[in-house]
Amino acid sequence: MSIFLDKNSRVIVQGITGAEGSYHTERMVKYGTNLVGGVTPGKGGQETPQGLPVFDTVKAAVAATGATHTCIFVPPPFAADALYEAYDAGITLAVCITEGVPVHDMLKVVSTTDGLRIIGPNCPGLVSPGKALVGIMPGHVFKEGNIGVMSRSGTLTYEVVDLLTRNGLGQSTCVGVGGDPIIGTTFVECLREFKNDPQTEAIVLCGEIGGSDEEDAAAFIAQHMPEMPVVAFIGGRNAPPGKSLGHAGAIISGNFGTPQSKIAAFQAVGVPVAERPSEIPDLLKERMAKEPTFS
Amino acid sequence: MNLMEYQGKELFRRAGIPVPRSRHALAPEDVAGFIEASPGEWVVKAQVLMGGRGKAGKIQMASDPESGRTKAREIMATAMPPNRQNPNGEDIKSLLVEERLDIAKEAYCAITIDRAARKPVFIVSRYGGMEIEEVSSEHPESIARFHVDTAMGYSPFIGRELAFAAELDPGYRKQFAAIAGALYDLFFTYGAKLVEINPLALTADGRVIASDAKVELDDDALFHNPEFAQWHAVLPLDEDETLAARAGVGIRNFRRFPGDVGTMANGAGLAMATMDAVSNAGGQIANFLDVGGGANAQRVRNCYELVVNNTGATVFFINIFGGITRGDEVARGVVEAMRETTSRKIPLVIRLTGTNEEEGRRILSQAGMTPVETMDEGAREAVRLAAKAKA
Repeated sequence: MSIFLDKNSRVIVQGITGAEGSYHTERMVKYGTNLVGGVTPGKGGQETPQGLPVFDTVKAAVAATGATHTCIFVPPPFAADALYEAYDAGITLAVCITEGVPVHDMLKVVSTTDGLRIIGPNCPGLVSPGKALVGIMPGHVFKEGNIGVMSRSGTLTYEVVDLLTRNGLGQSTCVGVGGDPIIGTTFVECLREFKNDPQTEAIVLCGEIGGSDEEDAAAFIAQHMPEMPVVAFIGGRNAPPGKSLGHAGAIISGNFGTPQSKIAAFQAVGVPVAERPSEIPDLLKERMAKEPTFS
Repeated sequence: MNLMEYQGKELFRRAGIPVPRSRHALAPEDVAGFIEASPGEWVVKAQVLMGGRGKAGKIQMASDPESGRTKAREIMATAMPPNRQNPNGEDIKSLLVEERLDIAKEAYCAITIDRAARKPVFIVSRYGGMEIEEVSSEHPESIARFHVDTAMGYSPFIGRELAFAAELDPGYRKQFAAIAGALYDLFFTYGAKLVEINPLALTADGRVIASDAKVELDDDALFHNPEFAQWHAVLPLDEDETLAARAGVGIRNFRRFPGDVGTMANGAGLAMATMDAVSNAGGQIANFLDVGGGANAQRVRNCYELVVNNTGATVFFINIFGGITRGDEVARGVVEAMRETTSRKIPLVIRLTGTNEEEGRRILSQAGMTPVETMDEGAREAVRLAAKAKA
């Protein structure tokens, strides 16, 4: 098993003939993802260099290929429309890579697309190592195993996964949830899935300043999965208040979103917080070696 | 993008939210001229994005042209003093001359985005005129909230419910509810991240008027409202944002700090972790910098110069995890950038891993640079070099 994505997921790419879309299509195919086609309006009937069919609409792509998953590479003004089109065509999971989607567009999308699992926007995507990769993550750093990984950033995820892999800790699924204030899938929703995934035996959570996703995750862990070994990392401890650091969502406003609050929330429920990414593998091994306490 | 008060009130006016009569003025002469043409009791307010204008003496009363001119001069004579969020203070470039209201009570009304609920949320209190954090600790029972279902949108019952929940005096309720509706309309139409009326003036003669306006628009939504591109030109980017734009990186991707260890990484999360690593190693950070994807020679050079010319960095720590970005390309970029730059040279510490790392390291070694193996090692080495530079 794994979460959100496996060998049977049938994936299309929206914006498959664009620069980003075609580049990452090639990489996803090479990784072994079951990519079944793509969509670019007006280019229906063409084929990609990998021999994949291009369709004019998502509906046509789903009808012809039975696609279940989509990876969206369209410019920000069209991202909400792309998500709606996927929803309308019956797609069940959409990874939205696009950075710069208006917050109000996402507010509307998340409140009106029940049944469509959205990952992102402004995210690196999703990998179930050894099975499939949807998004822009570098496949070679991942290794199949039993650690679930969730993160708000891209390259920091690769850094952490690389450390895990080098320390013999493979991964079940890695989810880049995205760096925007309004995202389709939060840490809590990832945790809920990991909890029910037989392959996942421990979890790494890479948070950062801003919002309250980490605090919510800590509360969920305490209440629903206290026996699951979890290790957290919080980026941006040196951030000044009132200024976004790179990610639109990485901002401390007033007393909200501070690293102190997030670290305290995890520590209060017995989740160790790594001071630096390099500590994560050892903390994880330590937690996994402990007998479950069921307190 | 945060709007100045006068710009926020322009949007309020369009949305039908009552605001005091006012005039935007660029110089003390304009203030005097306006008061001369419109006799009465006026308030002269500095137009800045920082809070705390009243305490800093940047809001003054004037009742005739002469006092208007004097007060305007006084206000503009010095910048807003620095605070924790704005260590450089803020220059005062314009003023708002505004009708003085006979205020009986000050209330509060705002809409922002609740990230956890993924919904817009109204926050209302019958107490205003102070920071909402203060209201929430002093009069927590007075705060009413309403999460709006975006699929439903605004409906008038929301304003009524809020007016009752906040226990506004009966005479003000209807006007308040109308303002709440107009405010939501504005919030939605312009793609705002925050609209705040604080204080919302409840006047002695029974009117409800927006006495201040705070509006934060979503930079990512500006394409919906092209007219704001012009406002962008009027509204100064802060210094860091200006420097970032000039170097060709995103305006959120560069922040300066008072330390001496310059940093750069690819990706915001890794850039934050890099700063934290330097700080863990006992160093003082000079900046946050996310170089973004595709760190080619020109980009690396721009970033190097951005940091060397604008911060107190005495060493530059480059931390690249090659995912999509290829290590050999970055290495070539670094070598070329260092050869071509005309800025002063400071020592580099380079950590390069991931895609094509061997080739990247070979290129760096050939150029006489020694890459480090890990982020922690790089941070320690950078801190050591910074200490050496100080000695």
